[in-house]
Amino acid sequence: MTARLLTGREHARRRRRRFTDRLATGLVVLATLIVMTPLALVLVYLVGRGIGSINLAFFTQLPAPAGEAGGGVAQAAVGTLELLVVASAIGLVIGIGTGVFVAEYPGHPLVPTVRLLSDALIGVPAIVMGIVAYALLVVPLRHFNGLSGGVSLGLIMIPYVVRATDEVMRLVPTMVREAGFALGLPRWRVILQIVIPSAASGIVTGAMLAMARVAGEAAPLLFTAFGNQYWNFDPLKPVAALPLVIYTYSISPYDSWHRIASAASLVLVVFVLVTTLLTRFVFARRAR
Amino acid sequence: MAQTSSSPTPTEPPTARRLARRRQGALPAGDRLFDLVILLIASCILVITALAAFELFSGGELALRRYGLGFLTGTTWDPVHEKYGALPFIVGTLVTSFGALLLAVPLAVGSALFVSEYAPRWLAEPVSYLVELLAAIPSVVYGFWGIFVLAPVIRTIQIDIFRSPILRDVGFLRSPPTGLGLFTAILILAVMIVPFTASVARDVLRLVPQDQREGAFALGATRWEVMWHAVLPYARAGILGGVLLSLGRALGETMAVTMVIGNRTAIAHSLFGQTATMASVIANEFTEANTPAHLSSLILVGLILFLITIVVNLVARVLIHRLTPEGIS
Repeated sequence: MTARLLTGREHARRRRRRFTDRLATGLVVLATLIVMTPLALVLVYLVGRGIGSINLAFFTQLPAPAGEAGGGVAQAAVGTLELLVVASAIGLVIGIGTGVFVAEYPGHPLVPTVRLLSDALIGVPAIVMGIVAYALLVVPLRHFNGLSGGVSLGLIMIPYVVRATDEVMRLVPTMVREAGFALGLPRWRVILQIVIPSAASGIVTGAMLAMARVAGEAAPLLFTAFGNQYWNFDPLKPVAALPLVIYTYSISPYDSWHRIASAASLVLVVFVLVTTLLTRFVFARRAR
Repeated sequence: MAQTSSSPTPTEPPTARRLARRRQGALPAGDRLFDLVILLIASCILVITALAAFELFSGGELALRRYGLGFLTGTTWDPVHEKYGALPFIVGTLVTSFGALLLAVPLAVGSALFVSEYAPRWLAEPVSYLVELLAAIPSVVYGFWGIFVLAPVIRTIQIDIFRSPILRDVGFLRSPPTGLGLFTAILILAVMIVPFTASVARDVLRLVPQDQREGAFALGATRWEVMWHAVLPYARAGILGGVLLSLGRALGETMAVTMVIGNRTAIAHSLFGQTATMASVIANEFTEANTPAHLSSLILVGLILFLITIVVNLVARVLIHRLTPEGIS
C-alpha cells in the first residue's frame, strides 16, 4: 500500500478495521438468512402437514361434523371466489379509474388530495375496513352477508390498484401521448387506446397482486361475510371463505379440524404464491 | 407556418387545433364524457374516506360520549358491568408493534444491504424476491403456524424458565406456560413486517449515488466503512420511512396476533403474558358484542386505530417521497 513500513499501532488498526469489515459482512449474511428462515419453516410445515389432507373430497364436499373424518371445504373455496368477484368489481373499477385520473390529469386540482387519501387508505388496517362495511351493509340488512364481505375486500383493494395503475401509467413516455395527439386523437382515445394498452401488463400485475392480497384476508370477513358451513349462493346471506375456515378451525379443539385448517392454509398459500409468482414473471417480464 | 394562424383546416397540426378549441371552452364530446366519468370514479375515494371516518365516528359516538377521554386511560374492559377502558389494548398494540420493530428493523436493513450491496446479481434477485414473498403469506396462515409450531416452542422455553432456579423468580418472565402471549405475538409480527422495511430500504439504497461509494472506497475505506459512513447516512430518511410503513402494518395486524396473543383484556406484566391489541380485541369480540355500549366501544377502538395508522402511513410516505428524486418514482 505505502512505501514506508507500517508502525505497530497502524498494523493493529488495520487489523481491527479488517476484522470489523468481516464481522459486518457476516452479520449482513446472517440477517438475510434469519429473514428467510421463517418463509422456509412455514412452507415446509404447511406442505408436510397439509398435503395429506388434500384430496378430491376436500374441494367437493361440505365440512364433516367435528371429530368425524373426511369432509371438505368446498363451500369456502367457492365462497372465497364469490367474494373476490365482488371485491374486484369494486376494487378494479374504482382503483383503475382513480389511477388513470391521478396519472393522466396531473394538473387537476383534486389530484393531490386523491393521491394523499389513497396513500392514507393503503395503511388502514383491514379490520377497520371490515367495520366500515359492517356499518354500511350488515347493520341495514340486519344480518351478516357475503356482499358486505366482498365490499370490505374491495375497499382494501382500491388503494393498491390506484398506486399500481398510477405508477405504470406514469412510466408511459409523454412522447407516446403526444404522438397520439399529433394524429388528432381526442384525449379519451389517447388514454384508452394508447396509454392503457401500453401500461396494461403493469396494471394487470397490480390488479392480480391486490386480489392475491385480499384473498387471504380473514379479519374484515369475521363480522361481514361471517362464514357458512353450507352451500350458499345468495350474496345477501352469510358466505364462507377459506381464511375464515383456517381461523375458526385452528382455534378449535378438534384434531380433524386442525388437519382441515392445515390443508386450507396450504391451498390458500399455494393460490397466493402462484398468483404472485405468475404475475411477476409473466406480466412483469413482458412489461420490460 | 402560415397555416397555423389560419382557421382550422385539415392540414393544421391537431394539437394546435385542440388548443384553439379548448380556448373556446369546447372539448370534444367524448373528452367531456370521459373526463366526467373518471372524475366521478376518482371522487369515490373521497367519498369512501369520508364515509369510513363518518361511520367510525357515529359508531363510536356512544362510547365516546359515555366514557370520554377516560376511554383512553381506563384499564378495565368489562362487558358485564359495561365498563370500557381501552388502555390495555393500546399498550398491547404499542408493545407488540415496537417489540416487533426492534427485532425486525436490524434484520430487514441487513438483508437490504445484502441484496443491494453485498450479493452478486444472480443471488440478489431471488433473495429480494423471497423476502417479499414473506409479505404474500396471509396473516391467518401465520397465525395457524404460530399456534401449532411457534407456541409449543415458546411453551418449552417458558417451562425451562419455570424450572430454572434463578429465572423463575424474575417477575418479568413469569406467566402460565401456555406458549400464547405477548412474546409469541411479537415474534410473529416481526416476521410479518420485515419485508416492508426490507423492500423500502433496498429501493432507497439503490438510489444512493455510486459516487458516494466510490468516493469512500477511494479514501481507503473498507466495505463496511463505506456502508456505515457513506451509504447508510444517505439512505437514512428513506429507511426511516420504510420502518414507519412497517410500524403501520404492525399496528393494524389482526389475525396472526389474535390467534397467538392469548386475548386477555388486561395489561400484561410479563414478557410472555397474555394480553390483547386494539385490532385483536375487535376481531375477537365484535361478533359477540350484544350491547350497544360494547359494540360502540369496539368501533371507537377501530376509530383510534384508523386515525393512528393514517398518520403513521402519511408520515412514512412523506419521508420516502422526499428522498426519491423527481421522475424516478
